[in-house]
Amino acid sequence: MKPAISVIFLTTLIGAGQGLFLAFYSADWFVLLGILRAPLNDYSGHAAALSVLLLALGLAASFFHLGHPERAWRAAAMWRSSWLSREVIALPAAMLLILGYAVLKISAMDSIVLLLGESIPISISMVVGFGAVLAICTLFVCTAMIYACLKFLRQWHSPLTVLNFLLMGCASGFTLASALASYSQDGRFAYFVGMAIFLTLAALIFRFATLLRNKGLRSPSSLQSAIGVHHPTIRQIAQGAMGGSFNTRAFIHNYGASIVRLARRGFLLLGFVIPLLLLQISNESSILICSLAFVLQYLGLLAERWYFFIEAEHPQNLYYQMIS
Amino acid sequence: MTQLALVIDLNTCVGCHACVTSCKEWNTSGQAGPMVDQNPYAADPTGTFFNRVQSFEVGTFPNTQTVHFPKSCLHCEDPPCVPVCPTGASYKRAEDGIVLVDYDKCIGCEYCSWACPYGAREIDEQQKVMKKCTLCVDRLYDESLPEAERKPVCVLSCPTSARIYGDIHDPESDASKAISDAGGYQLMPEWGTAPANHYLPRRKVSIAVHDEDLQRVDNPLRKEDRGPRKPTTRTTLDDSTSW
Repeated sequence: MKPAISVIFLTTLIGAGQGLFLAFYSADWFVLLGILRAPLNDYSGHAAALSVLLLALGLAASFFHLGHPERAWRAAAMWRSSWLSREVIALPAAMLLILGYAVLKISAMDSIVLLLGESIPISISMVVGFGAVLAICTLFVCTAMIYACLKFLRQWHSPLTVLNFLLMGCASGFTLASALASYSQDGRFAYFVGMAIFLTLAALIFRFATLLRNKGLRSPSSLQSAIGVHHPTIRQIAQGAMGGSFNTRAFIHNYGASIVRLARRGFLLLGFVIPLLLLQISNESSILICSLAFVLQYLGLLAERWYFFIEAEHPQNLYYQMIS
Repeated sequence: MTQLALVIDLNTCVGCHACVTSCKEWNTSGQAGPMVDQNPYAADPTGTFFNRVQSFEVGTFPNTQTVHFPKSCLHCEDPPCVPVCPTGASYKRAEDGIVLVDYDKCIGCEYCSWACPYGAREIDEQQKVMKKCTLCVDRLYDESLPEAERKPVCVLSCPTSARIYGDIHDPESDASKAISDAGGYQLMPEWGTAPANHYLPRRKVSIAVHDEDLQRVDNPLRKEDRGPRKPTTRTTLDDSTSW
């Protein structure tokens, strides 16, 4: 498949945004349960606002993918059958709920609504945040299932795709949370960094497992089954168009093997290995190292998503092996 | 249940592209708007087509055959492109099984083209909507056309009658008979899309000529032992003219 640039930005930006919210919301719970120390200056609301911004940027990027962005509202119609339609609903829902959490936190309108176990006070923001977590989990699944549900794109058709989207999104979100915590001397830093390291490592393991899985994949389709002629030697001599067609422009990438190899090594290093090392050596005041870790990881994940498209082999390419 | 479809005979297709040009002509002048071209008269001409003819060389020289392969939407009975459409622009008609795109609802997200293993869908670069073969749905039920012309225009234009149109769920239709008589098959059956369009395979065409076909065994002259007339040495009309 040819990489769709706007989709690369959409999936990476919303992944980081979702991970960022999960980082701060989960930290809220640990503070409530007394496991983490409450920060002196709680900026969870601002972090959630940043998460909404990332999701909004992703949403904006997705519009560049459409031929008719003014009709985008129609895309919510087929949620019963289409994962893309479900994503179109889950994304604004997640944005609204995270925004609700952010507004409640920042505006000090937050109030206690119930007591959990007679001692843990639950505020409205925590309830709204819980809704946001549900929306975020739905969004992760919807986004990944857009790719994973296409059964003849064998490189994508795997539960690993969903797991990878979830882990990579959370990893980049927690890395960003670490950077924010290092910037504001936050006691939650150790939690964010620990989780960022754990998630990045897990993401690396499963992404590497996916690379290994895809290396051994063989498509059940061949030129023989594509045209139904069962002869071992078939050579295309004309594809029906001299100047290419949508089929050659949208599905066939012309990147050489060396660029693809560079991208694979690049995303493994930038997206996972280097951030892991940087996070490992960081401490509560290393603003630069944590920020660098996030920037490099995000660039790495852009490369990863680019490679994700390159990796997928569309069976329609069997029909387009030679122009004439 | 009706499932209209094409049956394409690879044994008789000569790769003349008449179906391609007639398809483009009919559909570009239709009510759904033009099928736009880019650089039509310059280098690298390209554009939107519903139907293309590809050619494949099968075998190793000198034992090769050229297979011309017309390729269009197969109107799958379980079309993978339809459930993925977020707007419902892609749909399969219940009454005749034709898979269509509502160009007024399509947002041009290209997701359906990712979901089609055959590459049957093309985005129109100017109108920015997904387009594909409509099986000339605007001809099939048009009562202003003579009944014989209520068929896809590619079928009407094919000079070798390599394209057969009909309801493949009706065992008495020409299409169904062609599939069962000549071993019609589906493309990429491994994906379970159940394409409605079928292809008829290349077949060895030969006539067995027996002696009795050349000489009548029950010739009454032979019965009387008189045999056919001996060739004459006179010049016949066939020898003297050369038309």
